Amino acid sequence: MNFLIVFRVAFRALARNKMRSALTMLGVIIGVASVIAMVSIGQGAQASVQEQIASVGTNLLFVRAGSQNTGGVRSGTDQGGTNTLTVEDIEAIKREVPSVSMASPSVQSRSQIVFGNQNWNTQVQGVSEQYLEIRKWKMQTGAFFTEADVRTAARVAVIGQTIADNLFPGIDPVGQMIRVRELPFRVVGVLAARGQDQQGRDQDDLVMAPYTTVQKKLLAITYIQFANVSAISPEATKLAEQQISELLRQRHKLAPNQENDFSVRNMTDVADAADETNRIMTMLLGSIAGVSLLVGGIGIMNIMLVSVTERTREIGIRMAIGARSSIVQTQFLIESIVLSLAGGAIGIAVGVGISLFIPKMLGWPTLISPTAIFGSVVFSAAIGIIFGFFPARKAAGLDPIEALRYE
Amino acid sequence: MQVTSAIKEPNPVTAAAIPPSAQSVAKPIIEIDHLHKVYKTGDVEVHALRGVSLTIREGEFVAIMGTSGSGKSTMMNIIGCLDRPTRGKYTLDGHDVSELSKDQRADIRNLKIGFVFQGFNLLSRTSALENVELPMLYANIPTEERQKRAREALTAVGLAGREMNHPNQLSGGQQQRVAIARALVNRPTLILADEPTGNLDTRTSTEVMEIFQRLNREQGITIVLVTHEQDIAEYTKRVVVFRDGKIRRDYRIDEPRDAAEEMKQLPPPDEIDQEE
Ligand SMILES: Nc1ncnc2c1ncn2[C@@H]1O[C@H](COP(=O)(O)OP(=O)(O)O)[C@@H](O)[C@H]1O
Ligand SMILES: [Mg+2]
Repeated sequence: MNFLIVFRVAFRALARNKMRSALTMLGVIIGVASVIAMVSIGQGAQASVQEQIASVGTNLLFVRAGSQNTGGVRSGTDQGGTNTLTVEDIEAIKREVPSVSMASPSVQSRSQIVFGNQNWNTQVQGVSEQYLEIRKWKMQTGAFFTEADVRTAARVAVIGQTIADNLFPGIDPVGQMIRVRELPFRVVGVLAARGQDQQGRDQDDLVMAPYTTVQKKLLAITYIQFANVSAISPEATKLAEQQISELLRQRHKLAPNQENDFSVRNMTDVADAADETNRIMTMLLGSIAGVSLLVGGIGIMNIMLVSVTERTREIGIRMAIGARSSIVQTQFLIESIVLSLAGGAIGIAVGVGISLFIPKMLGWPTLISPTAIFGSVVFSAAIGIIFGFFPARKAAGLDPIEALRYE
Repeated sequence: MQVTSAIKEPNPVTAAAIPPSAQSVAKPIIEIDHLHKVYKTGDVEVHALRGVSLTIREGEFVAIMGTSGSGKSTMMNIIGCLDRPTRGKYTLDGHDVSELSKDQRADIRNLKIGFVFQGFNLLSRTSALENVELPMLYANIPTEERQKRAREALTAVGLAGREMNHPNQLSGGQQQRVAIARALVNRPTLILADEPTGNLDTRTSTEVMEIFQRLNREQGITIVLVTHEQDIAEYTKRVVVFRDGKIRRDYRIDEPRDAAEEMKQLPPPDEIDQEE
């Protein structure tokens, strides 16, 4: 008896019980679909972080007040912090580190913005005129403030798209006066929209002003919180990081046994950290989905066992008319493999469908992973064999006389 | 060899002691020698067969009779290689069955024996044609030939045009005829039928017996059937009576009833056979 015939026998048996076959497949369908969807969400996140980092430029460095282990990537949000980093430090970096091309001090303050009778609470970032170029951002309308504005601590502001939309509906914001903490600022430009970041935060909800203005008029401080630095090339970032560290240690008069009172991070580190986070998330999502695939496999075994019992008489008939036990075993094994593979195939279609649908529905990026698809196929076949083996052996072990008598 | 006991026989059957002349010319298909079968259920031992010896030759048509529990089905299961004796020797068509492996016995059931059961035992939700194809599937017969032979077998049992019907769309008599077609289709040397008419009315029983008689007469197929109805036994050529796991009587019927003739006498079939 050749394999093709056993395959046909198994297929006919499945077709005779369409409802049960469909329900059995459901477990594997859900399992495979969720593995593919989850992995594609995880990988999509990873890819989009990479993309963002590439767009920011890999020659970007962050210098931050405070030691290495006080905070992560979001260092910019904390208000207080240490007062060890100064504008002079940044000037020195610009002047003395040959691998650095540009640098901008940064201070920030959460403030209430008022225009007419409209109110908005947002982050006001004080930066230098080089910031736009360091970050490779673009202007929507108007212009960024100038070196002269920074020098004179002018009350000028560049606003994000969200502010423009909310405070100036239908009005051109450029040239308008807004009040920041009761002080009037003139809007000189609107930043091009950048949308949401990886964590879903609005990147257009911000106001930028000269750091001198924010230091003196809003915060009344002389130090700065952090700085954005641009290395001369992506390859130079490591060197720049090292040279900046050396310079700052020297300027801060730190003894060799003292820890840094600042931290320097390059975007590659940030990218690696984000990558690691996303990799862990992908693995976590994938393994949760994997558990559901396992449950689907156990479902197949369950139904196959029920099926063997329910079809005891059929097995008896087959054996009485000359089916060898090995053939009966193969038939049931093939039934289980066909169920799990068909479930896997439908699961792949559903999973890919979901992966294509998620960006449209939820706005999350997804990246369909061929590895996940291939893995699902292998895994479903394995499930069919492993979880089909026990029921198939049970069927093959039946005594034909007993089986024929079974009601 | 054959036991011809002189126990009184209640039915007025034309019985005769077997003359070892004409019959013994044909080749023996079934040779059973002092066969015992003991079932063990827990501590209880049931002696279902207690030393049975029986020879059935090519072309015979034998009815096995006896009260319920006398060991008829046990005998049939052993003859059919579905079960093995506890003691004694069984030779089928020259092969000592006790020496055969499980797979070899499966192959014998597939190629040499056709089974017909009281409860039909067809695969449900499967067409008559596919049911009949089943033994050929296990015999590796190519698709075209398989379908051709299945159609022929169904035609032979009078079910042409019913190929695509499922068992639940067929009457009891029709289902039993599908089962006979299935038993026939691998051209076995032996057909075993355990109470094949047990679930059928008189008319359909006669139809089934007509098919058996025709197969026996025209194709020379050896048939052994179990029945507890004297009427049915009278269509066969030899009756073996079991009691308490032993053969009590074994006699020939010189003039068996002719089912085909009787069918002609019967009124035309009512709707039972067509519908249901
Ligand atoms: N699988 C079995 N296990 C235990 N006892 C059995 C089994 N099959 C049959 N028997 C016993 O063997 C005896 C003969 O049974 P059986 O051959 O079925 O009789 P018959 O077919 O003539 O009615 C009965 O007493 C029955 O209870
Ligand atoms: Mg019986």
